[in-house]
Amino acid sequence: MKTPFLKAVLSIVRKDVQIELRSRELVSSMGLFALLSILIFSFALELDRSARQEAISGVLWVTVVFASILGLNRSLAMERDQGNLDAMLLAPIDRVAIFFGKLAGNLVFALVVGLLLLPIMTILYNQNLLQPWLLVVLLLGTFGFATVGTLLAMMTVQTRARESLLPIVMMPVALPVLLAAVRASTNILTETPIADWIAWPQILVVVDIIYLVACYLLFEYVIEE
Amino acid sequence: MTLNSELETRNFLIETRALVKAYGLLPVLRKLDLGITRGEFVALLGPNGSGKSTLLRLLAGLSKPTAGQILIGGWTLPDEAAAVRAQIGMVSHKVLLYENLSARENLRFFARLYNLPPAGVDARLAELLEQVGLSRRAADPVRTFSRGMQQRLSIARALLHNPDILLLDEPYTGLDVDASSVLDGLLRDAHAGGRTILMTTHQLDSAAALAGRVVILSRGGIGYDAPTAGLDGARLSAIYTETTSMVSAR
Repeated sequence: MKTPFLKAVLSIVRKDVQIELRSRELVSSMGLFALLSILIFSFALELDRSARQEAISGVLWVTVVFASILGLNRSLAMERDQGNLDAMLLAPIDRVAIFFGKLAGNLVFALVVGLLLLPIMTILYNQNLLQPWLLVVLLLGTFGFATVGTLLAMMTVQTRARESLLPIVMMPVALPVLLAAVRASTNILTETPIADWIAWPQILVVVDIIYLVACYLLFEYVIEE
Repeated sequence: MTLNSELETRNFLIETRALVKAYGLLPVLRKLDLGITRGEFVALLGPNGSGKSTLLRLLAGLSKPTAGQILIGGWTLPDEAAAVRAQIGMVSHKVLLYENLSARENLRFFARLYNLPPAGVDARLAELLEQVGLSRRAADPVRTFSRGMQQRLSIARALLHNPDILLLDEPYTGLDVDASSVLDGLLRDAHAGGRTILMTTHQLDSAAALAGRVVILSRGGIGYDAPTAGLDGARLSAIYTETTSMVSAR
């Protein structure tokens, strides 16, 4: 009687992508914010090459994190404001499918913005960010943020101060992801031997799995009245 | 014999037993016993805050009771919520639609969530859009629709999976006279199709004209429960005022 789990998840992702292709609200606002941020940072941080290598990963992740928060708020507000979350909850689907559907959509949009940032930052900062390991770290870090962010945005979107509340709630929780992602990225960009920093991507994988399991277990409680 | 005293002897499609819902220390529903038989059209009336919407959310499985039992079609809520949800269509004062998607895209999305067989989806969507008079606007984004059109599409969404039960939470909110009369027609059709309907509303005329039974909730309990036979809007209004003022005077 229940709709198959994967079908429900894919339907939600497809719907989110369809809405985004139609409205271009999420990626355009996230992208514009990210572009402005890295431009401001590039003017503010006129540093020598070695200092820039140290700072650039911080710029990348601060930009990705705040652009993701912007997208998460809008993505979940769309479900709450017209009561669409209720409409999905009324369907005979596993409720966790809603979490995974929204997570996948948010991850896709954040990754699109992150991937757009890399070539632009490569030009602006005269530093090659298009490196395979940096892409891996970007994927792992964005996944962690999107996971914990989707759950927390589902909670904060019900409040009046949702725009300001999400970053306040999310930053402490997502700190392990941010820390590991920044450390791994800095080491990749400073061309440190892989053996010295491989632990950071491994930590990212572990933290991502912990967040995913925790969010899976908590989601039903979060959406309950 | 009043309808409530028949609870033990009749076979109800929707039944609540000593249903309690509280938000923190604030009780909204207090040991509510209500039974609705298959095919009934029940209008649920009551002042704001009397628990109408809360009751509908509980019956739809969107909220969990604090105490008591809910039985729908023999299934218990919230334990068998997935089975119950497949039997329920809900229309709210919020339209529960994506404004950037077209009417057809909205319905197609919900058809996937309700796992309708892909082969029959196109025909079902066309039939529903025709039924609610939106065939010609099927490809237009919902944001370009009037409130009445959105509400009609919302009814199409609720009927998509051909549910036995329709729960309507103040469906007339924001509708003009013409849109209200179109909605009246849709609800008559839905009821004529054998559906059991429970509708909360402040439109006493519509309640008297459409429903076969009126239940007035007051302070989380049933203040009045009787068939609408012989009632018109004016008489119902008098009963409503008498019931709600009697309770608030206590």
